[in-house]
Formats: sequence, C-alpha cells, structure tokens
Amino acid sequence: MKRFTELFLQLDRTNKTNEKVELLKSYFLSAPDEDKIWALALFTGRRPPRKIKSSQVQEWALELAGIPYWLFRESYGSVGDLAETVSLILPQPTEVSEEKTLAEWFSGLADLKTASDEEKKDFILKAWRQLSAFEIFVFNKLLMGSFRIGVSQTLVTRAISEITDSTPAIISHRLMGSWDPASTSYKELIHSENAGDEYSKPYPFYLSYAIQGTVDDLGSPEDWFAEWKWDGIRSQIIYRDGEIYIWSRGEELITDKFPELHILKDHLPEGTVLDGELICFGETKPLSFNVLQTRIGRKNLTKKILEEAPAVFIAYDLMEFGGKDIRNEEQKARRKVLETIVNDAGIQAVFKLSPLIDFREWQELKDLHLRAREFAAEGFMLKHKEAPYLSGRKKGDWWKWKTDPLSIDAVLVYAQKGSGRRAELYTDYTFAVWDEDKLVPFAKAYSGLTDKEIGKVDYFIKRNTLEKFGPVRTVKAELVFEIGFEGINASTRHKSGIAVRFPRILRWRTDKTVNEADTLQNLKALLSQFN
Amino acid sequence: MFIRLKPQKFVTKSGHSKLIPVPGVVNSNVLNMNKPLLKFTPSSIYCPAADIHIDPWKPVDRAIITHAHSDHAKFGCKHYLAHKDSESILRLRLGEDISLQTVEYGEEFSINGVKFSLHPAGHIIGSAQIRVEHKDEVWVASGDYKLQDDGFAAPFEPVKCNAFITESTFGLPIYKWPAQADIMNDISEWWRQNRMTGKASILMGYSLGKMQRLIKNLQPFDGAVFAHGATFNLNERLRAVGHDLPFIPLITKDTDRKLFRGALILAPGSVLNTSWIKKFEPYSTGYCSGWMAVRGAKNRKAIDRGFVLSDHADWNDLESAIAETGAQKVYVTHGYTDTYARWLNEKGIEAAEVKTMYGQEEEAAEEEIIAES
Ligand SMILES: [Zn+2]
Ligand SMILES: [Zn+2]
Repeated sequence: MKRFTELFLQLDRTNKTNEKVELLKSYFLSAPDEDKIWALALFTGRRPPRKIKSSQVQEWALELAGIPYWLFRESYGSVGDLAETVSLILPQPTEVSEEKTLAEWFSGLADLKTASDEEKKDFILKAWRQLSAFEIFVFNKLLMGSFRIGVSQTLVTRAISEITDSTPAIISHRLMGSWDPASTSYKELIHSENAGDEYSKPYPFYLSYAIQGTVDDLGSPEDWFAEWKWDGIRSQIIYRDGEIYIWSRGEELITDKFPELHILKDHLPEGTVLDGELICFGETKPLSFNVLQTRIGRKNLTKKILEEAPAVFIAYDLMEFGGKDIRNEEQKARRKVLETIVNDAGIQAVFKLSPLIDFREWQELKDLHLRAREFAAEGFMLKHKEAPYLSGRKKGDWWKWKTDPLSIDAVLVYAQKGSGRRAELYTDYTFAVWDEDKLVPFAKAYSGLTDKEIGKVDYFIKRNTLEKFGPVRTVKAELVFEIGFEGINASTRHKSGIAVRFPRILRWRTDKTVNEADTLQNLKALLSQFN
Repeated sequence: MFIRLKPQKFVTKSGHSKLIPVPGVVNSNVLNMNKPLLKFTPSSIYCPAADIHIDPWKPVDRAIITHAHSDHAKFGCKHYLAHKDSESILRLRLGEDISLQTVEYGEEFSINGVKFSLHPAGHIIGSAQIRVEHKDEVWVASGDYKLQDDGFAAPFEPVKCNAFITESTFGLPIYKWPAQADIMNDISEWWRQNRMTGKASILMGYSLGKMQRLIKNLQPFDGAVFAHGATFNLNERLRAVGHDLPFIPLITKDTDRKLFRGALILAPGSVLNTSWIKKFEPYSTGYCSGWMAVRGAKNRKAIDRGFVLSDHADWNDLESAIAETGAQKVYVTHGYTDTYARWLNEKGIEAAEVKTMYGQEEEAAEEEIIAES
C-alpha cells in the first residue's frame, strides 16, 4: 500500500508525460506481481465496485474524529473530495501494523461483500487506525469505488511495453477485454502468448485526428478514400470460435445491448473482426444519435424500443480475416475483402457497408461537405488508400473532417461550483436564450474557457449573485457566451422544448451585450434545419 | 514600574511547545462584561481604561503592535509600542522615523493603572500576545500565533487569562501540521533531486516569517542559495540588527544564469506566473503554506510541490492553546471565525465571532493574492 500510495502522490505532482512514464516503469519493475495487477486494473479504469456507502464512511469518520456533522460538511466544503476530507480529519495512526500489500487490502475488501455492517465498520476503523493520512486517502478511494488518477491508458501501455520490450499494440491488446484483477495474474495478462481465452479480445481502435488546414494539403485526391463520418457508437464486432462479441470504443462489451446483430453469427466467416459504427437507421437514412441513446441505458430492451430504435452496424474496416491479423495490409486491400464479406452476408437490414464517396477533385468533396447534415453525417473520414490499420490516436493516414459545430450566443444564468481541483470555483454554467422578454435555460456546459477566464467569470459570479438555491446561484444576466453543440433535438423534458448534444463553450463574447444574445426562435430554426 | 517575569518553556520532540502557563496571575470569575477591558471597535481592539489600541487598522494616537505583518501593523499612528525584535521590520515597513518604543517579553508596564506585558506568540520574529490586566481581570490579545517551535521566533508561551482573543486562520479539523523536521526533510529531498537533474528549486512562501524559518532550518545548505529582492531585503535587515541568519546573495539581472542550475531560489509566491521566474529554466516550483494540506489548493496553483508549513496554529494547537489559557470567554478573529466560534460554544467554551480586518495580507490571504496574480 505504501508503494502504491507513493506512486499516486508522485504522479499527482507532475504534469510531464515522460516523468509519469518513468514513475510507472519503476513501479511496475519493483512492485510485487499481485499488486501490479490491481494497479493495472485501477489505471485502466476497472474500478472495483463500491463496497460501502459513502454515508457510512462519513458516519464512522465523524465518530473516530470526534466532530459533529456540520463541521464535517464545512470541512468538505473546503476540500471538495470526500475521501480526502475523511483522510484529513482522522487522528494520526495509533496502531503499528505490518505493511499490507494492495492485493491484501483488496482481498480484505472483497470479503466485506457478505459482511454485516458491524464487521464492515470494524474492518474500516482498523484500517484507519493503521494507515497514514495519504494511505487513508487512497484506501478511501478504493473503498468508495471512486478511484481516478491522472494517467491515460496510453501512458500505462507505453510504460509496460518499454519494460517488457513488446510493442504498444501488443500490450494494449492484452490490456483490453474483460479480465478481472481478482482472478487474473499479472504474468498471464502481460506475458502470456497463448490465445486460449482470448477470443473475446478486441484490437485497439485506430483513432483519427481532426484535419488541420484544408484538404488540399493532403496531396492527390486519388490516394484517398472518403466516407461519411457517422454519428453513432464506434464499435468492433468479433466473430471467433462460433461466438460474437461487440465492443464499444470505451472498451465495454455491449453484445447484449444489440440482439438484432446476433444474427451475424450465421453470416460471417470464422475469425472475423470488423470496425464500424453502430447507429439507428430509419427507412432510408440514419436516425439521430438521440434515438440510439434511448436504448443504450436500458436494462430491458422491449419490443417497442427495438422497433422504434432499430440498430444497424455500418462496417468500414476489417482487422482480422480467417483468424489472421490483417492490420498491416493496405487500406484498399482490407476494403476489398470487407466488401466481399458484407455482400456475402446478405443481411443489408442490419449489416451495411459504409459507402465510399465518389470524387475526383477536392472541390467536389468541399461542396458535399457543406451538405453533410442532410445525410445525417458529421462530416467525412478521409483514409489513405495504402495505410495500415494503426492503433491509438495517430496522425497522417486517417483524418476526420467534421462540419462546423452548431452554435448560438447565450446568456449565463446559473452557476455551480465544480468538483475536485475546481472545488472552490464556479465552473459549471447554465445558459439561456431569449423568449420574448424572458430568458429560457437550454444548455449546461463546463469546458471551453481558459483558467484565466474561469477566474474572471468566478469573480463576476461571486459578486453578482441574485439568489442561492443550495449549491446553485442565480446570476445577474450580463455575460454572453458562444455555445457550440453537435446536434439538436426536440425535447419534452426541457423547458425550452429543445435538447442540444455535447454543448460546450466556444468563446466568451465580451463584445456582445445581453440583449444581443440569440433567441429561442433562432434555436428552433436550427432544429428544423437539421432534423 | 517594570516587573520582569521569567518566561519558562521547553520543547517536545514533535516541535510543539509544551504548555507551561505563566503562574498565578488570574483571579477567575471577574470578567466584567458591562465594562469590558478590551472592546472591538471599527478601527481596532481598544482598551478604554488605558486609551490604547491593539493592532489598529486605522491611524490612532497610541498603538501596541502584536507583530510586523502588514495586516496587524498599519501606517499612520502617532506612537507605536512593540517587541524589540519587531523594531527593524516595523521601521522598514512603516518608516524609519516612526515614534516607536520597544519592550522585552514579560516586561510589565502600566498605563492609567492598566498593566500590560508582551509574551511570545511563536508566529514570526518579534510576534507577541498582549496581556492586559486591570482590577484583577486579565485579557490576552494573541494576534497570530503558532505552537510549533520554528527555531527562529521565540516559542509560544501560554498565558492564563479570563478572556482570550484568538485567531482561527486554520480553524477546521482538516488542518493538522506535520512535524517541521519532516517538512524540512521533504524540502531537502526535493532540492536534492532537482540538483541531480540540473534544475533550479524555486521555493516560495511569505517573505516575513516563512523565509527566515526556511533559511534557519535548511542549514547547512547542500548547494548554492539565492534570494529574490523581497526575501533579500528582510534577511539583510534582520542580519543588520544581529539575528543569526546567513548571507543569501540577491538575484540581479547580472547574476550569471549558470549559477542557478541546481540552486535553491527563495522567493515570495507573487513571482508565480511572472516573467521573473523564466530565467531559472529548467526549474521545479515548491510552495510553503498551511493551505498546501489540501490537494485541490495545491493543484489550483499549478506548482510542482506543496509543503505544509504554516506560521499559524493548526486545529489541534488552537484547541490546546485555548484550553491552556483557562479563559471563560473566547473571541475568534480572522479565519474560520463563525465555524470556530460555533465549535467552541458546542464544547461549552463561551465564544463569539469578531469581524476584524486581520488576515487580509498574509498567509491567510495567500490563496486570493495568487489567484489574482
Ligand atoms: Zn501574521
Ligand atoms: Zn494575522
């Protein structure tokens, strides 16, 4: 636990990628194997389920610290993180104990699943009496299943591949999938070469960058494929050993959520891995992302939902064919095989080919690009005809060329404090547009401002609060921001009658007065234009 | 009439002074609240019986100053009285020609029959609690204080009283200071690692108090040390009147930048995000403050390392300091005043929150100063 806590603290102290990789390397070279697997699980977002309610953690901490509830809330207000607040108010460790490994703590926690409240409390109070303040902080995070760390999976992959002398692609492949740290050993996961139970494992996705400048810089148009960029869930379909597996880009196994695609089992050749987009499809064209969203969160997919939101897989790449990894083949070669597979499958209703756009000059593409939304697409994907299938986000062979986001000038009306490192600043905003002489809220947005701007907005909010409702402040209508979003839909759940997708702050319009902000009419015009 | 009391003290291993009160000076239960000995007025803590002000934030005729921080020592009074170790800094900050009388710790003096004496507050060099006695009633105005012995300021001494005026800068149970020796070790280790990688170590903190504490405790130095002008001026001023501090060279635009590699640079927090700091590249930044106890506070500043080092009492020390005074009534000034007063009341210690202008220009206010720079 000491070693892992130390790693956590050190990672927390640096913003530099190389230093982070070095710290990870030295941890994975020196920690015991049974700890490494847990560390890997935490770093790759496999958070252990919450073992104990945070209200209980809080109650027991108050008892041990001997402070009243209101004082705890005051303290929490200054810290902004529950696990950290608890670690700070507890008394110094009073019991000397043998150092336990991360794995030992986890196995202790796992036993709590069936324990009584009394047993849980004993276990936790004992831990708090034995651990140092920083260890308690990490322990609490594990306890409450809220462990997050400022390290991307790419960095972890890089560190492991450097110490094992393997390529990052191999390591990220091994880290994928649904392994459980309680029943997997570090050696098996990282070093095992046999593919025994690896049928389900997806390949790392190739992620593209947004194109910079104009397409003319890409050189000759005949070197490039252009496809529509679909607005759905990027996913990978695997058919191996008679089973089908569907993975989302978030490395989530979503096979069960798309029963209509299980029929692919009978139509794909053994050893096939496809890359494509899951979208909902109407008679002739894709439905908006909102339709897809209605079924993602559901536990039970009723007949009604399946009818209203029918899912389709639009295939655009092939990574494995006949059980062979073909990612190093050229794009055009992979495409050719893919076309055969889709045609031979013959189930157009659920399994389509992402069409190539016919163009000779970049100008043709530019013209068509302006009409992307008519085709329910977000823009184009450009892929070099000779490119291999790379892993991770890489520049050069694939580019996304998105349409400009929709945007509107809106007024800041409510604000709320952020969490974590922004716990004392107002960073979560609600924006409104004019409906005659009233301001109607229509979107919440967080990101998009610089730290300096956030500071200024925070200063304004603190001095221009009209009302407080719990954590929310009503702010004097004065500041105007340009809000960008990816999509727009009618909504009965919102007062404005409109829901926007992925709203974000594009810029602070200090040049505009509150009366120059957009109206609900403007928003509705966008709605009818793009739906 | 001057009476010398011999202060007693001894220091425990943790660096917290063990509290041995000045003996036998309080007849309890004589707190006269109809005619309080000290009053909180819009300009100061005022003693009507002696017509004298403590730490006024508006100009008055006669002022007793607890310590030389700018929120406690304001410009423009006709006469000042302070501890002798505050003199050089007060004259630097308020003017060389101010009318200033100085006393030793424990030295008694009377004004209109009211007895006064100053006692170590442990906050910074020359900092004092002001003991006021009249008709068997004793009040103590503590200014700012800490119980940790920092190795430079005279260590805090508890003073028995009927009414105690306390600060509450860190009056939340999340603030508990590690031992000073541990923090000094952390700083030395951070500096050592930076030296090995050829980086300068820019160590920041409040100029008056924090910097002398660092200079004093990081000795013997393991490499070159340089000072920003603000740090340099105070250091030289204190050396000139005989305080045991080493000479730290001033950084000027002519200083050879090669010398900064692996060096320790002492500077106020205001240099963050300024162009001044660029000349030290490559460098690592460290910040010394009680606020560093919370990760969020450290991360917001975009500094590499936060060191939990404060010249104020932490949660536990506030509690033991107050208990040790035996006061029946506690007045809570700068910091978490309402929270801390409520906590004392719930524990059965009668307490009231007092609004003052203190805590505006030092560690208590660092958060904001830096946020706006
Ligand atoms: Zn002070
Ligand atoms: Zn103060």
